[in-house]
Amino acid sequence: MSVLEIQDLRVDFPSRKSTFTAVDGVNLTLEAGKILGVVGESGAGKSTVGNAVIGLLQEPGFIASGEVRLHGQTINTLSEADKRKLRGRKIGMIFQDPLTSLDPLQTIESQLVETIVTHLPLSSREAQKRAVELLDSVGIPDPEARIKQYPHQFSGGMRQRVVIALALCAEPELVIADEPTTALDVSIQAQILELMKKLCTERNVAMLVITHDMGVIAEITDHVAVMYHGKLVEYGETAQVLGAPTHEYTKSLISAVPRPDIRVERFPSVNYIEASEKPTRNIDISTHWLGQSRDYAKISGPLLKVNDLQMKFETKGSIFASRREYFHAVKKVSFDIQEGETFGLVGESGSGKSTIARLITGLYTASGGSIMFGDTELTSLKNPRQVLAMRRQMQMIFQDPFSSLNARMRVRDIVAEPIKFHKLASSGSEVRQIVSDLLDHVGLGTAAGEKFPHEFSGGQRQRISIARALATRPRFLICDEPTSALDVSIQAQILNLLKDLQQELGLTMLFISHDLAVIRQMCTRVGVMRHGELCEVSQCEALFDAPQHEYTKDLLSLMPSMDLLSRADL
Amino acid sequence: MTETSETPASKKAPSTMERLLDSDIFHAFLRSKVTIMAAAGTLILFLLAFLSPWIAPHDPFDLASLDVMNSYMPPAWIEGADPAFLLGTDDQGRDILSAIFYGMRISLIVGFCSVIFAALVGIGLGLIAGYMGGRIDALIMRVADVQLTFPAILIALLIDGAARGLFGSLDREVFSFWILIFSLSLSFWVQYARTVRGSTMVEKNKEYVQAARVIGIPSWIIMLRHILPNVTGPVMVIATINLALAIVTEATLSFLGVGMPITQPSLGTLISVGNDYLYSGEWWMAIFPGVALALLVLCVNLLGDWLRDALNPKLR
Repeated sequence: MSVLEIQDLRVDFPSRKSTFTAVDGVNLTLEAGKILGVVGESGAGKSTVGNAVIGLLQEPGFIASGEVRLHGQTINTLSEADKRKLRGRKIGMIFQDPLTSLDPLQTIESQLVETIVTHLPLSSREAQKRAVELLDSVGIPDPEARIKQYPHQFSGGMRQRVVIALALCAEPELVIADEPTTALDVSIQAQILELMKKLCTERNVAMLVITHDMGVIAEITDHVAVMYHGKLVEYGETAQVLGAPTHEYTKSLISAVPRPDIRVERFPSVNYIEASEKPTRNIDISTHWLGQSRDYAKISGPLLKVNDLQMKFETKGSIFASRREYFHAVKKVSFDIQEGETFGLVGESGSGKSTIARLITGLYTASGGSIMFGDTELTSLKNPRQVLAMRRQMQMIFQDPFSSLNARMRVRDIVAEPIKFHKLASSGSEVRQIVSDLLDHVGLGTAAGEKFPHEFSGGQRQRISIARALATRPRFLICDEPTSALDVSIQAQILNLLKDLQQELGLTMLFISHDLAVIRQMCTRVGVMRHGELCEVSQCEALFDAPQHEYTKDLLSLMPSMDLLSRADL
Repeated sequence: MTETSETPASKKAPSTMERLLDSDIFHAFLRSKVTIMAAAGTLILFLLAFLSPWIAPHDPFDLASLDVMNSYMPPAWIEGADPAFLLGTDDQGRDILSAIFYGMRISLIVGFCSVIFAALVGIGLGLIAGYMGGRIDALIMRVADVQLTFPAILIALLIDGAARGLFGSLDREVFSFWILIFSLSLSFWVQYARTVRGSTMVEKNKEYVQAARVIGIPSWIIMLRHILPNVTGPVMVIATINLALAIVTEATLSFLGVGMPITQPSLGTLISVGNDYLYSGEWWMAIFPGVALALLVLCVNLLGDWLRDALNPKLR
């Protein structure tokens, strides 16, 4: 008999205006010792499936119809008290963010022992012994000593191991993991995935893994269910579904995943998810305002030359210079960017990539070193007019599309602001014309200008950000993780858009990302960063084919393998 | 689980009014009976106050219409009363009801003006402190901290006293109005400054502000055009609650005799005058202005409380 059976599950969220059906007619079964992946993009209802199984649906959501059965017993109709007995005992849960899913005021031991004693008929001494064994089995070294410690004494990856131990405390038959590795760096993600797979087989536990990441699916799952707008569109063995998808959505989703192993010129057929408006008028960029009067001085040599750049943040202030303590975010970094190329910076969180972007744009003031833009030294620029002229030539696209637009301004005002401020157009009507052309060109349609940012989805907002950045007619564009907050298919659209714009306008780009696969698709040359230092700079293809630095080799080997994924359309 | 908000770009953008009628705040308002009553009460009292020259039964400032024979009349339902004076008359023979209408108008004008001035000063200093940081921030906020150690009423009294000493020879009737507003605003600006500073410090690190800086926009435009509209929510709440507080403080000052003069009586002045007769049996002269003051403050306060809850995402 299957451990978990979900039959015709439908979850409704009634609201003031209408009822939103988050999950509709989902059927799934899961056997002991197997891993089932539920994959989909934000809003697909995948987390809702997990929450419905464990009985923790967010208000006002409820199971409108269908059944959830654990070992043949229907559990969605149980009373709240009976459901609570199941949670932890029969069903364990692993949450996304290990930094918030442990109680910071209790030792690991008391959290583990509490859970064990609640669910199993053990004395506290036996429970302690079991807790140590559990920590040992999830790969925490020296478990007898570390069990006495508090969560803040563990790193993110170690904490996620503790969370897994916590989920396994009472030997559950089913473990639900909701985005278990999304908050982790790639090197730690690989370890956690390996651990999950091992535990699943060893302990004969059924595991439901909910993720947006095709890499995770390809790496550990036996079966996969693809969800789209609350519905199950494809369900089957992982190799089968990823290798030869039958549904159009699955095909489009798989083709949008950036591959670490090949470079594609454009992501194909990704319009299934979010219909972007085709530009209604075909603008000839070379004669349009956007392409005109780019009165920038010709420069010989690299467009941007960064030399021994340093940045330190004060962590402990003092009136005596000798007592101050600093955190060195960027240590003596040097690189240059040629005109027309896309230079990538890649590294894990905290490696200093974003700090470099902010130093170049002048949001931070460097502690040392020089930044040459053409023939101008940026760090010593004092004259406000010169600073403005520089600002106009370089623009930035930010990571978070939800905070990078002023919520109180209409889209047309957001895009018009830089044009008006730099007096780039001669009349109000010309500004309006340019704004509507820009919005049209980034695929939003002219009517979008009348609306406020909150009426748009993440991908559309990022298009607005791009339109705003282009509005000063820059020659140099810095993209700081422009797609890491977006779904994979929307990421593909935005990356396509950036590539098109770069070709049309001859932009030079600095592209910052933690995702090696995205870097490979976008960049001509790449710099690998770690702890504020630049480990390696090389041509993009060369970096992936023959990495020189040890750290680069590590990073590349830890990426989830995408070999299973179909290569049709690429 | 978030609902996808994929509005087709071709749909017509709704107007500001449609937006308001469809907003969550408006629907929360319709669901709360107490708030509807408070809003209705506030509206009625405001109308009575600001339309007083046209709807008050008598003009208490028209000396020609006053008759000393009408003084000390009890309310209309008590024996020996003149039905023309619904709530009775005072020692000069003025109609209490009309005096309340006119008094409420002065109380409200003083309240609104002092809230507006306090908000302007507080928002301005709070924006500068929050955005600039460093020494400017430290200076402004230490001044605010020092001022917070004194009760608002004490500061108002101090400023009022000092101003009267300085401008004592000037026309008292005109000046006491402005002195009152000045002293009330100076005692209330700190709250705005602290709130706006806190919100500004959050907003200035958001990427839309950084984007504006990358474009090259100068600080003062960023503060006014980008940050200010995003920090007004909490300011509206404080302003509403402060309006009630300002009215009460004004009444207290007037009651103590340092606020509005008897020739331009506010609710506080009326209570103060009536207080002298409270123990000689003419209770209506103090009680009715007191009830009016209590009602006004209660309605405004309830409205402010609701606004605070409605705008607080944690309580939704």
